[in-house]
Formats: sequence, structure tokens, C-alpha cells
Amino acid sequence: MRVVGIETEYGIVDPDAPQANPILMSSRLVSACRLWAAGRTAPWDYGGEDPLQDQRGMRRDRATAGADMLTDVHEWDPAHGRISLRRRRGSWEDPAHLNAVLGNGARFYVDHAHPEHSGPEVASAREAVIWDRAGDAIALAAAARYEQEEGSRVELYKNNVDGKGASYGTHENFLVRRDVDFDALARLVTSHLVTRQVVVGAGRVGLGQRGQRAGFQISQRADYMETEIGLETTLRRPIVNTRDEPHADRRQWRRLHVIIGDANCMDVPTFLKIGTTSLVLSAIEADDDRLEALVLAQPVDAVSVISHDLDLRAELPLASGESATALQIQRALLEICKDHAADAEDLQVLARWEQVLDALGRDIFAAAKDVEWVAKLQLLGRLRAKHATVGADGTAVPLPWDDARLVALDLQWSRLGDGWAARLDAAGAVTRLATDQEVADAVVTAPQSTRAAVRGAFVSRHPELVDAAGWSTVVLDRETRHGRLEVLHLDDPLQSTHPMLDELG
Amino acid sequence: MPQTHASGQPYEDDAPEPADAPGGAKAESTDALDSLLDEIDDSLQTNAEQFVRSFVQKGGQ
Repeated sequence: MRVVGIETEYGIVDPDAPQANPILMSSRLVSACRLWAAGRTAPWDYGGEDPLQDQRGMRRDRATAGADMLTDVHEWDPAHGRISLRRRRGSWEDPAHLNAVLGNGARFYVDHAHPEHSGPEVASAREAVIWDRAGDAIALAAAARYEQEEGSRVELYKNNVDGKGASYGTHENFLVRRDVDFDALARLVTSHLVTRQVVVGAGRVGLGQRGQRAGFQISQRADYMETEIGLETTLRRPIVNTRDEPHADRRQWRRLHVIIGDANCMDVPTFLKIGTTSLVLSAIEADDDRLEALVLAQPVDAVSVISHDLDLRAELPLASGESATALQIQRALLEICKDHAADAEDLQVLARWEQVLDALGRDIFAAAKDVEWVAKLQLLGRLRAKHATVGADGTAVPLPWDDARLVALDLQWSRLGDGWAARLDAAGAVTRLATDQEVADAVVTAPQSTRAAVRGAFVSRHPELVDAAGWSTVVLDRETRHGRLEVLHLDDPLQSTHPMLDELG
Repeated sequence: MPQTHASGQPYEDDAPEPADAPGGAKAESTDALDSLLDEIDDSLQTNAEQFVRSFVQKGGQ
């Protein structure tokens, strides 16, 4: 059991006004989300973020940091203790950073020029799937309310590229033991982060950051990974991000912030990107020395080599001097992780991982129900074949990859609600791991396995008392003799109850 | 269409067969795919280029 969470930045479009300001639309979407939540919502507590602390032990000088790295400008107060007191501030909220902390423990907010859903902390890969789907449902509910309030349409896309050069992220967060050496962790986890795309990639029409070359590739994000390791997330994007902000007891925990992943519209990839990465981290925490043999010689190059290799045959040079394909590295990681399963769910992750690797090794289309890039490629392939023309030598020439219909199908794949992925799902062509009922429950209820249960309970049961909430704080505004706000500190991510909740009822 | 090779991968021999849906369900799913494909085709005949051109996002994280 490892505490994990997924953050999704959605693409946002007014189909009737493509030039509409995305920051303004995102802000209005968050306002609409608050209306949808009917008062059971809270502002964000900016009191504990430290975006300039680097996992490698350094601190970025504020003067050299880009403005978009300074997410803590509202306040920085490294208070300790279970409950501390804080002076009241004004209640003004910056519309460009509007937040809604929700009764299910999630944070829905404006991040740069996108609406973002940061799912509540969960303690299993299956919970991650359920609350990720709940995030999509909340975003859709907010969009419906937006259309009612604004009298204009809004569409949300769960992808990572616009094909014009812009990329936006879907990040995973894994709680990792602080006593694991970070350089070793980064070196060893990289092989998995680079090769897992064959299992969890969402597929993309277009090669290169602006889609300047025609073709199809396995991953949305691959062409945007430019360095092995670093602190940035919006430029020179690294395979391993070093932001050291555990949102938990710093002496005990790190949070590994993974930015290389694609947004997924299917359950199995979400389940496996969380489940397999968590198991590889367990192998690293256990100091399994077999991982060293899988270290890649050129990991940054390997990201796009693998993504562009639909036959899965590319031989990647290893630091050892040997070489291996992405599938072979995944297979080797699977075998190592079999010795690090801690519970029944880990066994389910291993079984599903093996099943998908087996299918991909036999015939990629055998994995079409479980692997998103394959499902997308299959649909695209049928459209290409349907519109094939006859070449000079009499053979069929499929629709070229730069045909607008293929590019449009790829973009529309991820549209929330009625996108082609959702339609494929509705047609029964996709493996589901979360039931509709579980997702509906998760829209209004927090996971009971983590401190999200405490945050969610305060917001849904006592919204009038909550001044703000963050990952590791709930700030209460009650009638007291001291006249100050009370900050409840939730430094243990597994703390799922709080005495104050019992007191308040 | 790309096909993966099995050569040189020792685990191929004892790989279990996938839990395929029975023939009936598979045929049904193919029909559903066909009708979805028709719908995609209809939808993209008219607006694909305009749609692609106007899908512009700002960079994020």
C-alpha cells in the first residue's frame, strides 16, 4: 500500500470562439464547479508549499526562478505542530488562481491556462482509477454548469498536446521513503518511466513537438522530454522531476512527482501506470540490485525512439554495454517486481501487467482493449483503410498520417463526455476496472484510506468552518477566545480520522 | 499495419492465451466498432480541417 495521486490538466476550448481566453474560461469553470458543489467547497491553503526545494538537496534561488514556479507567493509559513494559530487574512482570491477543494478530497483549480483536477490521495492503483474517473465526472459537471451560467459552450480534453507545440501535463505522485538515496532512485526508476509507455501510452498522431512530421507515435508526451533530471515542469521537461515537496513529514517521506506520463482515457493504463511504478519503487526501496542491469545508456533519446517504434523492435543501448527492447526491459522489471508484491492488489497489478506484455509481444492488436495507443491506432487504421486510394502499382495506399481527419480523430479521442474513447468504452470495446456506481460515489465521497477522508469530511460536513484546505492542512475559522484561525496539520498521509471531526459531529 | 515479432523473447512460448471474449461477443463488438467508425467518418467529413486548425492550447506543466 503506497499513497499516490494523479493530477490532470485538461485542454479547454470554446468551440464557438476558438480565440476565447483560456485563463478566463478556466477561472469561470472553477466558479461553476463551486456552484455545482452547492457550497460544499473550500479555498486552497497556500500556507505550506515549497516549489523551490530540490530533491537533490539544493534550493533554487527565488531570483532565478520563473514566475510560474512561484506557486507559494500567497504565503510561506513553515509552521510545525498538530494545530497552530494563524492570523486572519483578507478573503480576496486571485481569479487566475481560483481553487475549489471538494467534498471528495480533490482540488479543482486554474493552473496556468488550464483547468486542473488534482485527485485526492489514494492508497491503491484501483482507487486511483476510480478517483481519476471521478475527476472527469466533476469536470463535466462543472462544464454543464458553466454553459448554464455563461450561456456559451465549453469543451474539455483529457490529452497532453495541441499539435501546435503546446503540451500540458498529467502528473503522478508517489510517496517514497526519504532514506532512499535520491540519485539512485532517479537512476533506477528512469528505465521504467521511459519504457512503460508501451503499456500506458495514449497514442498521438504527429511526430515532433509541433507535429511537424507525419506519423503515429505511442506517447503524447515523449517529444517534450528534453533532459534526464531537473526541477522544471514547463520547459526543458525532465524524465525525473526533482521538486522536493513531500506534503508530509519531510524526515520520513519524499514525494516522487512524475511528469512524463500521458493522460489516459482508459482504466487499464491508469491502473498500470500507478500500479507498476509503485512496484518498481518498492523494488528500489528494497535495494534490489537486479535493477542496475536495466539502466539505459541514453534515456532521453530512448523516450522518443520507443515512442516512434510501433513495431516495438528498437534495441536500446544499456549502460552495461548490452541492449534490449522496451518490451524486454518491461518484462525484466515485471520479473523483479514479482518479488516485491506486498498485498493482493500488487498481485493483480502483476497479473494485468504480464497479460498486457504477453499480448503486446504476440500481436499488438491483441491488447486493443487494454492499451490506449493500440486502441487509438486500431480505430485510426480502420479509417485509413476505409479511405485508401489505389497507388500507381495497383496496391492500396491508406490515408496519409497528415490527413486532417486522422489528426481530428486523435484530438477528439480525449474529449470528455462524448469523445471517441468514451464512445469506444460505451460500445464495450474497452476493459473497465471501475464501475459507474463506484465513480458516482467517488464524485462526492473521499477515499477512506488516506487523509483525504479528513479533508473531504470537513469540506462536505462543515464547509462554513473551513477557511481553506491544502494537502497537509485544514484551516478552521471558528468562534474562539484566541480569535485566530486554527491550522490542523495532517503530516501523515495515512491519517484518515481527526479528533476535531468527532468533536464537531 | 505494424506487427510485433516474437523471436528472441523466451517468454513467448509459455505465454497464456488471452481471456478472449466468446465469438458472439467479439462479433458484436466488431459491429459496434463499425457503426462507431461510420459515425466518426460522417462527423469528420465536414469539419476536420477547421477543427484541427482551431484546437490551440497554451502550454502547461
